[in-house]
Amino acid sequence: MGAKVRYIEAVRQGLRSSLLDDPAVIVLGEDVRHGGPFGATKGLADEFGKERILDTPISEGAVVGMATGAAATGLRPVVEIMFVDFVTLAMDQLVNHAAKLCFMTGGLLRAPITVRVQGGVSGRFGAQHSQSLEAWFVHTPGLKVVAPAFPGDARKLLEAAVTDDNPVVFVEHRGLYWLKGEMTGDEPASGSIVRRHGDDVTIVSYSKMVHEALAAADSLGAEGIECEVIDLRWLAPLDLEPAVASLRRTGRAVVAHEAVMTGGVGAEVVARLQSTPGVRPNAPIARVGAPFAPVGAAPHLEDAFVPGSGDIVRAVRGLLGEAPPGPISRREGSP
Amino acid sequence: MRRLGVWDPWEQAGPLFFATLPARGRILSASEMGGYPGWSPVLHNDPSRSVLRFRMTGRDLVADQEILARMWLVRAFEEKVSELYAAGRIAGLIHLGIGQEGSAVGTCAALLPGDYVFGTHRSHAHAIAKGADLRRLMAEIAGRATGYCKGKGGSMHISAPEVGFVTATGVVAGAIPLALGAALSSVTRNQGRVAVAFFGDGAGQSGAFHESLNLAALWKLPVVLVCENNGYVEFSPLSAHTVVERLADYASVYSIPAVTVDGGDVLAVRHAARQAADTARKGHGPSFVEVLTHRLRGHYEGDPATYRKLSEREEWTQRDPVARFAGYLSGLGVASETLDEIEAAARTQVAGAAEQALADPPARPADVTGDVYV
Repeated sequence: MGAKVRYIEAVRQGLRSSLLDDPAVIVLGEDVRHGGPFGATKGLADEFGKERILDTPISEGAVVGMATGAAATGLRPVVEIMFVDFVTLAMDQLVNHAAKLCFMTGGLLRAPITVRVQGGVSGRFGAQHSQSLEAWFVHTPGLKVVAPAFPGDARKLLEAAVTDDNPVVFVEHRGLYWLKGEMTGDEPASGSIVRRHGDDVTIVSYSKMVHEALAAADSLGAEGIECEVIDLRWLAPLDLEPAVASLRRTGRAVVAHEAVMTGGVGAEVVARLQSTPGVRPNAPIARVGAPFAPVGAAPHLEDAFVPGSGDIVRAVRGLLGEAPPGPISRREGSP
Repeated sequence: MRRLGVWDPWEQAGPLFFATLPARGRILSASEMGGYPGWSPVLHNDPSRSVLRFRMTGRDLVADQEILARMWLVRAFEEKVSELYAAGRIAGLIHLGIGQEGSAVGTCAALLPGDYVFGTHRSHAHAIAKGADLRRLMAEIAGRATGYCKGKGGSMHISAPEVGFVTATGVVAGAIPLALGAALSSVTRNQGRVAVAFFGDGAGQSGAFHESLNLAALWKLPVVLVCENNGYVEFSPLSAHTVVERLADYASVYSIPAVTVDGGDVLAVRHAARQAADTARKGHGPSFVEVLTHRLRGHYEGDPATYRKLSEREEWTQRDPVARFAGYLSGLGVASETLDEIEAAARTQVAGAAEQALADPPARPADVTGDVYV
């Protein structure tokens, strides 16, 4: 076992190893030569030169489009979008161009770009710097979406994203950047993973919510309720095999994410689990997510908005008949 | 169309080349503009309009006939598409480039085979000008499995990468950033290739356009920005979209050298494109070529184009780039039989390609989810 490294450093290592492995890999983004706001690209310009580490203007649309054009003609660009909230400015290029290039050309062209985005609620940054927008990408045929929860995965899955011949949106959670973890592990870079075993209730999650799920499972475990925690990792394509296997055993499941619950990835996961032949849950699958609202900047508002381990515990208790069942978000109001 | 006033009457014999000098941009000198063999420099400089005029001398008649042949291929192809659409044998949203052949053929005649071209929703002409296979292109537009993109692209999303026509986009201004990327790719991989982005006048008011011009200038990317200004943004005159009269002026803000050329004059377009491509290839960065052109059809097939005055259409028909160039060659002594043969050969070739394409099997429903991922 090697030394533990922080999530953000794992991202940096993933970028570095990708740059070392393939001269076609370039990194584009705002202030990336200086390391970016969180240090994900620190030192890369010194090591790989300004030709491969490219500082861009604040022009997300043109930069993602440029990356797509470069990818179609032989490069393997990694774009850093400083906050996922700003990906809105690049949605035409991402959704209409990168995602559809392979399909619309009948496979003549491909767009192997990796778009790193970071988001999630952390630090009282307010409604335009705290979102979880992954459902938009999952809804777009042609994009792959990955949301690692652990430093080891951050590196391994980033390397996998860069070598993938499809456009990949790599979703980082800012609240995980300073989390330390092992860099080793034999898990494959594809598919979902069981993070904790248990026979009573299945909890399916991804990104930072996996840690909330593990905390909930620990607290319930102290009472003798054993939860199995599944880390989806890749949201597109979605690998539900471990979740299905777990649900067959437990008969109960909670799907939890930090994103707004309405129209979220959780809805897709629940629908697929319930329609899997042979899966007959003992209770309706519960969902945990954020309320249908932007997040307020004030600490009290942010705390009231973001779902956490307490909500997952409540959902599990609901499934076990210990609390009223139904969707759990911090505030009612999901339409 | 007030701006028509800047053009000299065609009957002065010999194509004219117009260069609008950006107010704040790099000003092209007369010697630079006349430096290309076959071109003699300035007749006069009209300071009130900042328009330079050039007259051509001495021609390579064989090369010129190849250009005419390529223009006829485009014209014949587009007319065939129109005919098949009217007959219900082609479906979809079809935008034809009839009348804009001078821009497509003139630009692509200045490029090397390895150069990249990116197009728009109106790009059949660009693909053909770059050398796309007519049968595969027609098959694509006609929804056949044998089309370039297996029928998944259709008229607006054509691709012929083997000849450097990378892709086209149905989103206005959408392909400009893609062209920048290809240019970046060429620089990074030291390939010496140039990327061309075709776009229309409507693109000039978009964010993607301005972001791209800024980036291309900032990074000195080897890209040629070809604005096909046909005066109409879909169904509205350009004046309803912007107070900027000369779209080449946009370039001057970003210190990108810009010229405005008469798109009815294929040689003028080629000359401007060659200057721009040379500039890019030498590592001097992007250029902007505004081509004043006109589509002789509506915005899309089925658009009656009632928003255009009849007199205006007639005037433009007289500026038809194919007829003009044929007339010019005739004036240089090319036999009318030769000119007729060039047209007939193009029509025969297109008819054969269309016949084959329409006999091909339709796109396969079983392939509906294929190519979503590589």
